Amino acid sequence: MKDSPKQLFFKGVFDALPLIVGGVPFGIIFGTLALNAGLDGWQTMGLSSIVFAGSAQFVAVGMLAAGTSIGFIVGATLIVNLRHLIYAASMLPYVKHLPQRWRIPLGFLLIDEVFAATYPRHLDNPDSANNHWHYLGVGVAFYVSWNLATLVGLFFGSNIEGIGEWGLDFAMSATFIGMVMPHLINRPMIIAVLVSGALAVVCYDLPHKLGLVIASVVGMATGYILEQQMKEQ
Amino acid sequence: MNIWLLIALMALVTFSIRYALYARANAISLPPKLERALKFSAPCVLTAIWVPAVLMPQGELALSLDNPYLIGGAVAVVIGLWKKNILLTIVLSMLTFFSYKALML
Repeated sequence: MKDSPKQLFFKGVFDALPLIVGGVPFGIIFGTLALNAGLDGWQTMGLSSIVFAGSAQFVAVGMLAAGTSIGFIVGATLIVNLRHLIYAASMLPYVKHLPQRWRIPLGFLLIDEVFAATYPRHLDNPDSANNHWHYLGVGVAFYVSWNLATLVGLFFGSNIEGIGEWGLDFAMSATFIGMVMPHLINRPMIIAVLVSGALAVVCYDLPHKLGLVIASVVGMATGYILEQQMKEQ
Repeated sequence: MNIWLLIALMALVTFSIRYALYARANAISLPPKLERALKFSAPCVLTAIWVPAVLMPQGELALSLDNPYLIGGAVAVVIGLWKKNILLTIVLSMLTFFSYKALML
């Protein structure tokens, strides 16, 4: 049968591969930075395996290195990860029929890359009954690669000088650009993305990552309004 | 400071955000307007992250040839729009970024 659970799981793994290429360098610098911030190897792996939140892990390690207290770091984690609420709302129609034993792991795996890789599959094939296997495949593949990359970073961090200055963080931008560009095929989406990008720069200095939230929400609203206008014409 | 306590709290906060809506998914139905706006979520959120990362890697606008993030990002945008292939975009823009950075030194 086409689209069997197994086939969709491995299609998910396959769709995750490009994102893993971009995610691995990012995971490697996380491992090295965490060591430099004073975490031990187990704690670093704990962050990648139990929290599993790339940007929040970076923020937390940076704040730890600066001697920030736990309460503020947890608060920053909340703010940095609030965007995942938007992803959860987007996926909601596609997970509501699933039992909790599915929703719990799928919720845990809901990061930028996993959402961006599996959401189009759900949008384009709303009638396929096994789309959650694709979601799981993307999520598991990225989770495994993220933890292996962290492990490699731990090893490099204690053996290679100055790896923090290599600029491996560019890998995240490259990945995100690679994921966004294929969507720019109609006017509402193009303008929505331009608005988000411009506002993110203008609002960059607002506290608590507020700029990210404003830029995302205004961009989405712009896209929605333009799409409505096009339909009415 | 108790790092493990911090890790546990971060995990709790992160999982709660991701799972909150899923937990009561049957009981929640989003307004159709919101659902349509959410189609734009992935490109908009990701762009709000990568544009500042590329244009202002040190926290200030750096629109100059001294900024390898800008060069690498521009190459990624062009290849992404042209070929619409994620892997190719990532690999070629990273190669550009690291070669450019090496040449600058």
